[in-house]
Amino acid sequence: MSLPKAEVRRLFKRRVTRIFLAITVIGLALFPLAFTINSKPATAERRAAAEAQAQREFELATAQFEQMRTECEAAKARGETGLDDRYGPDCGAGYGPQQEWFSAQQYMDYEFNFRDEFQPSLAVLAGILAMVAFVVGASFVGAEWHTGGMMNLLLWRPRRVPVLLTKLGVLVGSMLGVTAVLGALWTVAFWAIGRFDGQLGVLTPGVWQSIGLTGLRGVTLVLLAATIGFCLASIGRHTAMALGVGIGAIVVSEIGLRIVFELLRVQFGDRYILSTYLVAWFEKSMTIIDYRACNFVNGPCTPPEYVVTWQQSSVLLGAVLVLGVFGAVWSMRRRDVT
Amino acid sequence: MPAVLEISGLEKTYRSRRRGARKALDGFDMVVESGQVHGFLGPNGSGKTTTLRTLLGLITPNGGRMTLLGQPVPAALPRVAGRVGAIVESPQFFPNFSAHDTLSLLADAGGVTKQRVVEVLELVGLRDRAKDRVRTYSLGMKQRLAVASALLKKPDLLILDEPANGLDPGGIREMRSLMRGLAESGMTVVLSSHILAEVQLICDSVTIISRGRRVAYGPVADVLAQHAGGGVTVRLESADDLSVAAEILIAAGARVTPDDDRLVVTNVEKPAWVTRTLAERGYYVSELAPVKVDLESVFLELTQTAPVAGQARQVDDSAVVASSQGGWGV
Ligand SMILES: Nc1ncnc2c1ncn2[C@@H]1O[C@H](COP(=O)(O)OP(=O)(O)O)[C@@H](O)[C@H]1O
Ligand SMILES: [Mg+2]
Repeated sequence: MSLPKAEVRRLFKRRVTRIFLAITVIGLALFPLAFTINSKPATAERRAAAEAQAQREFELATAQFEQMRTECEAAKARGETGLDDRYGPDCGAGYGPQQEWFSAQQYMDYEFNFRDEFQPSLAVLAGILAMVAFVVGASFVGAEWHTGGMMNLLLWRPRRVPVLLTKLGVLVGSMLGVTAVLGALWTVAFWAIGRFDGQLGVLTPGVWQSIGLTGLRGVTLVLLAATIGFCLASIGRHTAMALGVGIGAIVVSEIGLRIVFELLRVQFGDRYILSTYLVAWFEKSMTIIDYRACNFVNGPCTPPEYVVTWQQSSVLLGAVLVLGVFGAVWSMRRRDVT
Repeated sequence: MPAVLEISGLEKTYRSRRRGARKALDGFDMVVESGQVHGFLGPNGSGKTTTLRTLLGLITPNGGRMTLLGQPVPAALPRVAGRVGAIVESPQFFPNFSAHDTLSLLADAGGVTKQRVVEVLELVGLRDRAKDRVRTYSLGMKQRLAVASALLKKPDLLILDEPANGLDPGGIREMRSLMRGLAESGMTVVLSSHILAEVQLICDSVTIISRGRRVAYGPVADVLAQHAGGGVTVRLESADDLSVAAEILIAAGARVTPDDDRLVVTNVEKPAWVTRTLAERGYYVSELAPVKVDLESVFLELTQTAPVAGQARQVDDSAVVASSQGGWGV
């Protein structure tokens, strides 16, 4: 009697799962690829070339400046007026180019820095995986309901709630596995870019810990998305139900509410928008700044701020999770299977 | 013989927000004894699928008691589910999996060996198509797959909802011999069907349902005998005398329907009474035979769903019996 085993097989036998995973892997691979192509490691030659170029540019600018001064002095000697408007006071003396304006750094190619850039990339990874997990989770149970597979299964395993929770557990476990593997590959890829095609930066244990924590937040988000997709599709007994609610939530919250808040000039309207809480969850907090309250014509102004913390996010996301799972279990228990 | 399946007073009302309540089962009773092939008959929408779904725990009844293999359900369903194989309504499977995948996933979930999957595929004749996706199957092939899935767990009780749907004549015959074979091996088979000639051929006993109530049940022979109603067909030496003879018999209390060159006489106690009554008035019977009834005509009579010329019968126009006790006892 191994329902979990059967469900794992079913999940990975499904075309939706396979196709989505394949597309995801290919799509994700494009990111490190783009970074390796763009990143040029700062070799001694490149640095020397950049320094030489900086020097050349400085000399060129200086020469131009000197020529301008000469013209100005000549004009002054001819007794022309209004020179201050054209060249600045005293023929622009003291405004000449300075050596430090032309640092070699400016003339270096882009170079990837693992320490600075890897952590933000985790948000991209988590966002993509969360969307995939939502769709895979929804279709895993949605198609099962829609095609009658669930009914067949219930003829074998009549305990409905354990059947549903086993499926959910299998989904969450599998998504955890997929996320862990892809996350590891993602880390290795970017680490390798930093190591061989850019810079690693100073990787203290603190940096790694911070990366680990961000990773954990990402994983939580992916699993949450999978669970919500699964629960919505199970309540609606159709994949489309979950996709509809998902798209509906995005349209209403991210577009509709934004427009309405803008029109009504609601202060800190963003605090009622879903993505604010996702960002806050990821970045530990999100500050909403009310620039409208400022009238910069009257001089400097400190706009009022509203901070959404990750604790608030976790309360909201937790509530969504509980509601979803509860709804799915309740409808599994109570509703007829026809 | 112990009852393998017992239902009494089963009630189910479907409620939907738009159409309100619909009573699908109204005090339905049914008993199936061990080792039988039992036919479950009724017009469309009479409640067969609803009964089977309720029995299998897919829908919750509003009242009544049920047992499967001697255990009360739905409470004991987790214990008996492994011994009850079932298909309910038109079989539905995940279209992108092959028959083999579909069954092996069920086998995994139910702890059945992989060997058994191969066995049942062979049994229902899908061996060579087992690796094809179900999407590419014909209705009859899906039906075979459904039967295979029901047989997978070697059940003691096999419940099939319209298994002959979509099968070709060869398939129907194979299904018939398959079921006979299963019954002989000790399996109890309940099948709902519309193909009454088929049911008459393979079933030991039947239950007939109309509008959510039982209207007849018992061994096929008994149900037929009761509805022959002692009817006889009568031919006279001279066909010209038929109308006079009919009047005589009606006057004596029989019910008579003229039919070409003969009379169909019902409501008589013994065929001999007809001969005697007519002979007393000087008419001589040349041929007297009991009316042959088949399950189809009994079914149409009991459920009152025989077609009437010039009328389109609607699905819910069928017999309503007074109460669940009003059936035709054995
Ligand atoms: N899910 C449902 N919701 C509402 N009514 C239903 C549902 N399923 C069946 N019914 C109604 O219940 C009655 C019995 O249906 P069913 O048991 O499927 O009949 P059948 O004997 O043809 O299998 C029909 O009138 C049907 O319309
Ligand atoms: Mg039906």
